[in-house]
Amino acid sequence: MMGKYTFTEKKDTRSGFGAGLYELGKTNKNVVALCADLTGSLKMNDFQKDFPDRFFQAGIAEANMIGTAAGLTIGGKIPFAGTFAGFATGRVYDQIRQSVAYSNKNVKICASHAGLTLGEDGATHQILEDIGLMKMLPNMTVICTCDYNQTKTATIAVAEHEGPVYLRFGRPAVPNFTDPGQKFEIGKAQQLYEGADVTILATGHLVWEAVEACEALIKIGINADLFNIHTIKPFDVDAVLRSVKKTGAVVTAEEHMINGGLFDITAQHVALNRPVPMEAVAVFDKFGESGTPDELMKKYGLKTVNIINAVEKVLKRKQ
Amino acid sequence: MENTKNLEAIAIQVRRDLLRMIHAKNSGHPGGSLGITDLLVTLYFDIMVHDPENFDMDGTGQDLFFLSNGHCSAAWYSVLARSGYFPVEELATFRAIDSRLQGHPTTAEHLPGIRIASGSLGQGLSVACGAALAKKLNDDSRFVYCLCGDGEIEEGQIWEAAQFAQARKIDNLIAFIDHNGQQIDGTIKDVLNLNHLKQKWEAFNWEVLECNGNDIKELIETIRSAHDKSGKGKPIVIIMKTEMGKGVDFMMGSHKWHGIAPNDEQLEKALSQLEETLGDY
Repeated sequence: MMGKYTFTEKKDTRSGFGAGLYELGKTNKNVVALCADLTGSLKMNDFQKDFPDRFFQAGIAEANMIGTAAGLTIGGKIPFAGTFAGFATGRVYDQIRQSVAYSNKNVKICASHAGLTLGEDGATHQILEDIGLMKMLPNMTVICTCDYNQTKTATIAVAEHEGPVYLRFGRPAVPNFTDPGQKFEIGKAQQLYEGADVTILATGHLVWEAVEACEALIKIGINADLFNIHTIKPFDVDAVLRSVKKTGAVVTAEEHMINGGLFDITAQHVALNRPVPMEAVAVFDKFGESGTPDELMKKYGLKTVNIINAVEKVLKRKQ
Repeated sequence: MENTKNLEAIAIQVRRDLLRMIHAKNSGHPGGSLGITDLLVTLYFDIMVHDPENFDMDGTGQDLFFLSNGHCSAAWYSVLARSGYFPVEELATFRAIDSRLQGHPTTAEHLPGIRIASGSLGQGLSVACGAALAKKLNDDSRFVYCLCGDGEIEEGQIWEAAQFAQARKIDNLIAFIDHNGQQIDGTIKDVLNLNHLKQKWEAFNWEVLECNGNDIKELIETIRSAHDKSGKGKPIVIIMKTEMGKGVDFMMGSHKWHGIAPNDEQLEKALSQLEETLGDY
């Protein structure tokens, strides 16, 4: 049986970033790009090839790349600085804190290969703390997109937004199911299913897993309100609280540590405004390891089945 | 000569200002601030093309200055106020609650003249690289200046920026190293010996100039020489020998005045060595 959402192909979100950046290269002459020796991995080659004067190879020197990006804004440029998520955050936290966030510079930090789905390279490269690090910084907008189409539209949208942005995406090919023509609205949760039994909030690669979970839950008579939380910060408090008021139970799903991520920010607002039972599909205080993306997502409990189990658990607590 | 005399008079007033500011809040960094005063006065009152009354972030068509060693903020604030960026009276709010003159420079309070936050060391040279690249993209022929402390260049990011600037041929960038040989814990030689400072920058493929950073005439000549060397594919660094605490005899030549304020008696003694030239704030 066909579900509500379908897809014709799987594509990597980083390619959506590359396509969005290339589009910006054609339409906005102030957009410039920097990369720390990962141009191919970040899919920035097309931009580099066709706009060489606006592309800056920073080499394996991320701290300088972030500072240089901050400096480029002085003179009206809109820099997109790309590298792996771990090197784009943890390695350069103080540079981002002082030269970008505190200085409120119009820098777009573009972070690929986030989370466990980076795969075989293992824990050194699989950052699961980046959303937390970035959302703790005042002035910073934090975006985590779910598929190719959305990453492309988000990349284009953040160029229009004045201020620092952390844009998180990933390595593997995942179902490309969102509408390519839909405008990306920063800070607005995207409702994918409507239901009154439970609220499911998902971000990044977990959104498709949550879509599949919703289809499975419908078959057993459970109707979920599912939101794609593509913008972690600013968090769409109104949409989430409206849903929580209706359902009285929340499950969050993310490829991130439970500390600092989507569960964290949801719990903050739910606890302050409308306490209800909550369950988390996330990584619980562990580093990752080598493996295929799929093996890792299974081992660390970030699949559709884990979302279904979390829903059943939270519904028991609700009663 | 006349010009140099005027600049020297301004520098004396700046030294008075910064000592009074630091004394008033019993907090700040007098040693380095006194040492870099002559450079800042030379830049803002002689060298730089800038528009203090109409400050805007991009500074198109103007020279830009970045203070990477942000702890020397008191000297910079005085020079900015004295050159017209904001009222001189505002210097009295330095390091106070609700002030635009934060302990370390920031854009968060929208103080005219400041284009990036600094204080956590090692970041300003990268920012200057970016601003210089933006000028090139905008066909803006003015210069970007950046001042770093000699202790500060122990930070790895400085050498990332040094590598980047030469690789990308950022030849509209003129960096200064405030080489006073001191840092918080002692002399640089004792804490983390820099050794072969000039050769290091040469090895990084920068054009290297040297001068006495407490001699305004020599500073002007050296910066003009740097202008002549600009636009030739290499970034330029001026290693300027300075005296920490310059202008106040009991503060000179020691790291002890890096980050402590003078008491009432010490301030009086210091001010007696610095004649009021432009009127105190």
